[in-house]
Amino acid sequence: MLTYLIRRLLLMIVTLFGVSVAIFLLLRIVPGNIADILFDSAGMIDPSEKQKIIADLGLDLPLPLQYWSWLNGVLHGELGFSYVSEKPVIDEILPRIPITARLAGLALVFAICAGVPLGVISAVKQNTKLDYALRVLSLSGLSMPSFWLGLLILMACVRWFGTIPIYDRAPASIWAWIAMLAIPAASVGFRSSALIMRLTRSSMLEILRQDFVRTAKSKGLSDNAVTYDHALRNALLPVITTIGVETAFLMGGLIVTETVFNIPGVARFLVEAIRWRDYPMVQNLVMFIAIVVVTVNLIVDLLYMLVDPRIRYSE
Amino acid sequence: MSATISHSFWNNVSYNARRYPLGVAGGIIMIVFVLAAIFASAVAPLDPFNTNAKASLAAPGPVYLMGADMMGRDVFSRLIHGARVSLAVALGATIIGSGIGCAVGLACGYIGGWFDLLVQRVTEVMQALPLLVMALVITASLGPSLRNTIVAIAIPLIPTVARVIRSNVLSLREMPYVEAAKATGMSEWRIAIIHVLPNTLAPLIVLATAQLGSTILTEASLSFLGLGVPEPYPSWGRMLSESAAEYVRTAPWLVIYPGLAISLVVFGSNLLGDALRDALDPRQRD
Repeated sequence: MLTYLIRRLLLMIVTLFGVSVAIFLLLRIVPGNIADILFDSAGMIDPSEKQKIIADLGLDLPLPLQYWSWLNGVLHGELGFSYVSEKPVIDEILPRIPITARLAGLALVFAICAGVPLGVISAVKQNTKLDYALRVLSLSGLSMPSFWLGLLILMACVRWFGTIPIYDRAPASIWAWIAMLAIPAASVGFRSSALIMRLTRSSMLEILRQDFVRTAKSKGLSDNAVTYDHALRNALLPVITTIGVETAFLMGGLIVTETVFNIPGVARFLVEAIRWRDYPMVQNLVMFIAIVVVTVNLIVDLLYMLVDPRIRYSE
Repeated sequence: MSATISHSFWNNVSYNARRYPLGVAGGIIMIVFVLAAIFASAVAPLDPFNTNAKASLAAPGPVYLMGADMMGRDVFSRLIHGARVSLAVALGATIIGSGIGCAVGLACGYIGGWFDLLVQRVTEVMQALPLLVMALVITASLGPSLRNTIVAIAIPLIPTVARVIRSNVLSLREMPYVEAAKATGMSEWRIAIIHVLPNTLAPLIVLATAQLGSTILTEASLSFLGLGVPEPYPSWGRMLSESAAEYVRTAPWLVIYPGLAISLVVFGSNLLGDALRDALDPRQRD
C-alpha cells in the first residue's frame, strides 16, 4: 500500500514535469516571440521599449534557463507577473479558484444525484418504454454542447421569469451561492450525469445477471433489497472511476459555461488570458489545471481501493 | 465469386441493420449531413454570404426558413454551408488523430521496451489536460486557422487511440495465427502489417466513430470561444457565439438552430458509434 502510494506520487511528479515542459515549449514555438506580439498589439513603436520588454521577461536568456527560472518560481510559489494587469499571477488566480471549485462541485453533485438513480431505474426496467426514454435522454445529454444547453435555459428563464440570477458580485450566504450557480451547474453537469447514467445502467445490467444476485433472490429477499443492497453497491464501482475521468471533461465544459454565464472563475480566465496573449498566465493556469486533474485521479484510485477491498495495488 | 461475396455482404448489412435500427437512424442522420455538406451550394436556397439590410433579424418564414441574422444572411443556408466546415474539421481531426494514434499504438505493441515506456509517459502527460484545454493551448500557439483547428483537435485524440490499439496489439501478438506466421519465417514487420494491423481495424473504427462526436463538440466550443475556424467560413460554433451575447432576447432562432444542428449531428454519430461498437467489438462496451 505504502509502496504503491509512493510509486504513484513519483509518477505524478514525472507527469507534471512533462506537462510543464510541454506547455513551456508549446508557448514558445509561436512564430515571432511574445515581445513581438505584445509590441504589435499594444501599438508601441519605440524599439528601445521592445528591448526593455524582452529583457524584463527574460526572453533574451537561453530556453533551458528561462524554463528553469519559471520552474524555480513555481516551486517557491512565485508565478511571475501578468502581462496585462501587471499584478502577480498568483493574486489573479487564487481568488478565482473558489468560484470554479464551487461550480464544479455543484455540477458533480447534480451529475451524481441525477445520473445514478436514473441509471438504476433504466437498468431495472430494461427494454421498457421508460428505459428507452431515459436512454435517449442520456444520449442527447452526450450530444448537446453544454454552452448551448446553458443558453437555452437562459432563454427560457428570460422568457418565463423575465430574468435570471446573474453573477454580479460575490453572494453573501451559501444559499445565495447555490441559487446563483444552480443553472450553470446543471447545464454543465447534464453531460456528466448522462455519462454516469449510461455507465450505471450497463454496470447494473451486468451485475444483475450474476450468480450471487440470483442466490439473493432465491433465498427470498425482496426485489428492493436485491437491487439496492446487493447489486447497486457492486455496480457503483466502475462509476467511481468515471467520476475521476469526468472531472477532466468537466474542466473543459466549465471553460465555455463560465463564459456563457459570465462567471469570473479560473476556467474562463484561461480563455481571457489566451485572448490577451498573457503567456505567463496561460502557462500557470494550464499547470494548475493539470495538477487538479492528476490529483483527482489519484484520489479516485485510492477511493476505489478503499471501497472495494478486493483491489490491492500491491505489485 | 464476386457475386456471392457482394450477396453475402448485403445479407450481412441487412441483418445488422435489422438488429440495430438506432444505428441505422444514426447513419442516416450522418449521411444527410454529409450530403448537405458536399452539395452545399446546390442545396442551400440562398447565398450564405449575401447580406440584406432589409432582412436584418427577420423571423423564420417562407423565404428565410430559419430566420436571418443581423446582417440579413439566411440562417438555413449558413447552417448548410457550416456543415462543410464542422464536418471537415471533425473528419479531418478524427482521421489524422486515429491514424497517428494507430501507428503509435502498433509501434508500442511491437517495439515495446524503452519506446513503449516513453510513449506511455507522454500519454499520461497528454491525459493530464482536458481535450478542450489542450486544443485551446495548441490553437493559441499556432494561431487560429482552418488547418490549425484540425491539428489542435487531432493531437489530443492520439493518446486515447494509441492506448486502445496498443493493448489490442499486445493480445493479438499472442494469437496462434501470428505464431504460425512466425514459424513460416515471416518477418516481424510483415506480420505486424499483414496480420495484426487489419485485426485492429474493428476497434479503430468503433473508437473513431465515438471520437467523431467529441471532435464536433470541441470544434463548436473552440469556435464559440472565438479561437476556432476564422472568418469567412460559417462555422456552427461561431454562429452561436455571434448571436449568444446579443440576440438571446430578440432573435432566439439565431441561438436555437445552430445548436440544434450541432446536437443532431453529434447525436447521429453517437447512435452510429454505439451500434458499430455492439456489432463489431462487443468487448468494448462501457
